[in-house]
Amino acid sequence: MLRNFFSRVSIKEKGGEFGNIKVTKNDHRKTNPQTQLLIAIALGYLFLVLFIPALAVFYEAFHQGIGELFAAMGSREFLHAVRMTVIMAAIALPLNTVFGLCAAWVIARNQFRGRALLISILDLPFAISPVVAGLMIVLLYGRNGWFAPLLNSLDIKVLFAIPGMAMATIFVTLPFVAREVIPVMEDMGSDQEEAARILGANDWQIFWRVTLPNIRWGLLYGILLTNARAMGEFGAVAVVSGGILGRTQTLPIFVEQAYKNYQTQAAFGAAAILALLGFVTLIVKEILERNTSRPVHH
Amino acid sequence: MTNSADYFQSLTTWGRNKVATISIPWTITFVYLSLVLLLPIAALMSKSLSLGVSEFWRIATSDVARSAYNVTFVTALLAALINGVMGTLVAWVLVRHDFPGKKLVDAAVDLPFALPTSVAGLVLATVYSDKGWIGQLFAPFGIKIAFTRLGVFVAMVFISLPFIVRTLQPVLQEMEKEIEEAAWSLGASSYQTFFRVLLPPLVPPILTGVALGFSRAVGEYGSVVIVSSSIPFQDLIAPVLVFQRLEQYDYGGATVIGTVLLLGSLLLLLVINGLQQWGRRYAA
Repeated sequence: MLRNFFSRVSIKEKGGEFGNIKVTKNDHRKTNPQTQLLIAIALGYLFLVLFIPALAVFYEAFHQGIGELFAAMGSREFLHAVRMTVIMAAIALPLNTVFGLCAAWVIARNQFRGRALLISILDLPFAISPVVAGLMIVLLYGRNGWFAPLLNSLDIKVLFAIPGMAMATIFVTLPFVAREVIPVMEDMGSDQEEAARILGANDWQIFWRVTLPNIRWGLLYGILLTNARAMGEFGAVAVVSGGILGRTQTLPIFVEQAYKNYQTQAAFGAAAILALLGFVTLIVKEILERNTSRPVHH
Repeated sequence: MTNSADYFQSLTTWGRNKVATISIPWTITFVYLSLVLLLPIAALMSKSLSLGVSEFWRIATSDVARSAYNVTFVTALLAALINGVMGTLVAWVLVRHDFPGKKLVDAAVDLPFALPTSVAGLVLATVYSDKGWIGQLFAPFGIKIAFTRLGVFVAMVFISLPFIVRTLQPVLQEMEKEIEEAAWSLGASSYQTFFRVLLPPLVPPILTGVALGFSRAVGEYGSVVIVSSSIPFQDLIAPVLVFQRLEQYDYGGATVIGTVLLLGSLLLLLVINGLQQWGRRYAA
């Protein structure tokens, strides 16, 4: 840890020493037409692939006037979709946060056989197609699934209902918190926790007073990503929900169904709300990255 | 990090305490992981095995399935490769050059992570349709993008771009400009500097980014299902085929194609791990 710290300082000093030279060089490069062409190509590509589509969401949502938009968004089905989306996040967030903290502690604070395997397993939901994730839940809880007899006798409906959709959401958002907390916990080291223990703190006190304050930015970052994905997940939830209008539709499913039914205005209204959520996520992410010493990357 | 004395101290002083309290996080981690992740995977595997080898093979290699793999994997590979080139350029420009609005552009590279996939599909279908902002530029040449295989390609390019840029950026940031300048001052041409000095350490992270983007594109469902017409033998991708089989209550068919996709993802995960280790050797 110390070595990292010092190397960071020395890089900064190096920048200072050669600062003047670099500035003149940069000025030279700016006038270089080759460089300008390079920048133009990169920006042109980003506009074509990312920026124009992102701007089009809001243009399409608003170009027929606010009145049309509000009319489309006032429908009972739309409001229900908003509620379902919030419910998904409200179930997945606390569960995956508790799990993520536990898994991060197990991985960052312990050396054991199979640790590398555990890290790989943790990443699986990112590698598995959301549709396949949904299919797995269907095979477990569907009509002929492993748990069908049990669920039937208890009269619990999982598929085409909130429990199944929540399970799909939990599956696809499982790794975020653990992945963001592990490096922060490793950076922090266990010295402070051990000191607290010597001074007589119990586990709970150590977690709340020592560990949590140290990992809070990483944890918030993980929660932010979990929330964005939980509210935005489409494939996995679509498989298990059946997309029943006004019952099991979340906002992302509403977007697809409305578009299919030629209710373009309603589709773009829902899309604009989800895009707004995406933009807020990006802004908060920028703020969180500024608060962590090390740049956080996916 | 911790020396052996610390380690032994921790063993002797409060080792016992730890054993008693360890169990809560360990238990939660393993029970939760088993229920949420491993049990579903086991269900898929056992359903696959119950079909028998010949039945599995028949479904997995049927014409529709083979054409769906072809559309999925080839298109995803092309999307990942073009992003391997253009994403590298974007990362390079963002790290090495200054221009107005750079911070905003940098933050916006994460848009595909932040936008829900159905929103991406909706907006790509609109913008790249015959009358859309970008689609109308191609329509006079008889090129249809939305609702064709090109539309699948555009969606896959959209969702895989940040993987390459974000994998490459930290590597570029750590590359010291001095090495490049040393090559220059020793008389290397700009061509030689690029291919002999700059590119070699960038190859592992570029390939890692391409593999990550490819893996994501192969599994993508939401944006593709909206921007394509999902017609078999034309632009039907494997995840959409799984979904269609499920809608027809053909659990066997869905399971087989889902298993092929799962095995493909696991294989890719291995490749990505290997590439990352290769990259680390360069960094050391």
